[in-house]
Amino acid sequence: MWTRLSNPGHFMRWSGALLPWLAGLSAAGLALGLYLSWFVAPPDYQQGETVRIMFIHVPAAWLGVFFYGSMALSAIGTLVWRHPLADVAQRAAAPIGAAFTLICLVTGSLWGKPMWGTYWVWDARLTSMLILFLIYCGIMALWRTMEDPNRAARAVAILTLVGAINLPIIKFSVNWWSTLHQPASILRMGGSTIDSSMLYPLLTMIAAATLTGVTLHLYTMRTEILRRRVRTLTIREAERLDAGAVAVAPARVGAVPLGQAL
Amino acid sequence: MRLTVTNLAVRRSGRRIFSGLSFGLGPGEALMVTGRNGAGKSTLLAVLAGRLKPEAGTLAVADVGEASLPECLHVVGHRDGLKGALTAEENLAFARDLLGDPALAPREALAELGLAHALRLPVSYLSAGQRRRVALARLLVCRRPLWLLDEPTAALDLAAQGVLAGLMARHREAGGLVVAATHQALGLDEARELRIERPEPDAPRVPRPGDAPVASGPGLEDWA
Amino acid sequence: MIGTIRALVARDLVLAARVGGSGALSLVFFLMIVALVPFALGPDLNLLSRIGPAILWLSAVLSTLIGLDRLFQADEEDGSLDLMTGAPVPLECVVLAKVTAHWLTTGLPLALASPLFGLLVALDGTAMAGTALTLLVGTPALTFVGAVGAALTASIRRGGLILAVLVVPLMIPTLIFGVSAAQSATAGTVPFATPLMVLAGLSLIAAVVGTAAAAAALRWSE
Repeated sequence: MWTRLSNPGHFMRWSGALLPWLAGLSAAGLALGLYLSWFVAPPDYQQGETVRIMFIHVPAAWLGVFFYGSMALSAIGTLVWRHPLADVAQRAAAPIGAAFTLICLVTGSLWGKPMWGTYWVWDARLTSMLILFLIYCGIMALWRTMEDPNRAARAVAILTLVGAINLPIIKFSVNWWSTLHQPASILRMGGSTIDSSMLYPLLTMIAAATLTGVTLHLYTMRTEILRRRVRTLTIREAERLDAGAVAVAPARVGAVPLGQAL
Repeated sequence: MRLTVTNLAVRRSGRRIFSGLSFGLGPGEALMVTGRNGAGKSTLLAVLAGRLKPEAGTLAVADVGEASLPECLHVVGHRDGLKGALTAEENLAFARDLLGDPALAPREALAELGLAHALRLPVSYLSAGQRRRVALARLLVCRRPLWLLDEPTAALDLAAQGVLAGLMARHREAGGLVVAATHQALGLDEARELRIERPEPDAPRVPRPGDAPVASGPGLEDWA
Repeated sequence: MIGTIRALVARDLVLAARVGGSGALSLVFFLMIVALVPFALGPDLNLLSRIGPAILWLSAVLSTLIGLDRLFQADEEDGSLDLMTGAPVPLECVVLAKVTAHWLTTGLPLALASPLFGLLVALDGTAMAGTALTLLVGTPALTFVGAVGAALTASIRRGGLILAVLVVPLMIPTLIFGVSAAQSATAGTVPFATPLMVLAGLSLIAAVVGTAAAAAALRWSE
């Protein structure tokens, strides 16, 4: 079942059938979530209307981490099973994850202005997200510098896994660093207790955003597969033309095995 | 030792270099790999040396104990693996310590190739032909049953080519194997020839509903 | 196996000594960055001595970076890596030996020279010793993390810049604990041993993960 679904040809078929539904569902989910968070959820008694930034900020942060996790899983797929779709999935996830991480950083900074009076505070969570964004940038940069897709897939998979091992360490050290430098941090984002009137809109937004992210991911994967098809077909066409050009030479077919049978 | 290669297929950057390549080599046998430039001679040697992963096919060695294929061969190729800042002796001594199973001392190996005077010279002072001979001397400092030679006569004069032919003959008499990619005759007696030709381009395939799903193995890159 | 590793380490040490090596160069680079900071911040010795450990650590991170790009690339270009693939040891041992040799020629001199450079930023004796000790414990982590990037970019021409982009985010934890350990040697609320232990742990983790990942990147690198 799984191997059937993950064959590129099958993938194109089922994802093509699924995509319109997913797109519609995520649009509806986003509309509902935005309605809830803008009109239904009450303003915060301390932060006022600015708390509504949270309904974008938190889902974006979650998706930034979520896509890194999915990239790490795909990296294992690339390294262990050498599965072609794993590489496609990873490649498609990187820009989306980076974009959500960037959204998280921008909204966090906008939220910071009314809360802290400045656009950027070296808050532990924001700093961790910034480092995550830098790692995303490194991964995408490595992809761009390697021409051969197979080598790039392998290299990026290794880098992603090393990053995945490092992320908890980074999170831990940034927390340590932040408590060291701001021992009395009164303003924590989100907070541990959240009223249900805000929780449900937030959960709706997270679900809708995840759905949107998955839709985008499938769509990008399809684009990537098509791009590789074009590449393969172009190479074959070049090989075919080349073979035609040297047809005057006595061309034998394939590699000629030795006289001796094995 | 015995080397058996079955149905080897290699792709680089999505291009098929060759496929369905099979041969076997027993003790004392030699194989000359010929073909046009870019036909995949060096690629085949890189696969044998373990530097390139084949897309499909198997490489098997027998009668060498537990050693893997890269551990029972010598490679001398275009990139000679010599450090210019080290002397010829140091380069050879390093190869001997790295690869294990020492045979000749660096001094004797160099003398075999007529380079005894270069023993204490930094390799960067040597000409291309001399460097190639230092690299060939590596074949003698440790005992390994399979020699992979990529254009071994490039940059060698006639006398050195004769020396090389003698070395290969002796190696084969002792039960060694030689695989050489070459454009010209190497003086290998009774060597078999493997001619790599341009493969036929893959026939364009349209995925049909009944296509068997492929999870691994050949055809992984068949995106079309 | 030990003989093979010893041969590799010895060769890289000899090469580093003969070619004039990246070791001496990265030491000069280290000095230059330390010398740059007062020009940017002003020659206020109180300020400099307060941020001195941070300056030294930042310089150490940067000068580790510049020597890394040739770590595997030089051997990849001249075919020595093909030779090493044939060695009767796993590629991990080759990587471990090469990285050890590289640390001995770059990280170790950096740590040993840091007290001298500490004078430039007005560190007192305790702070100097603390910084040198943290560099001694922490630079292996930098080198091993950097080795992953060096292996990934071994076959890329001009891979130096991309190497920096890849590995700098991964070096942040080492920097954090290195600086915080160095600073807690003289002041602060944290006992010196705590961040130092974490730093040692980071070096060990980096040694394991870095060796495995770099070997995986070099294997079938073509």
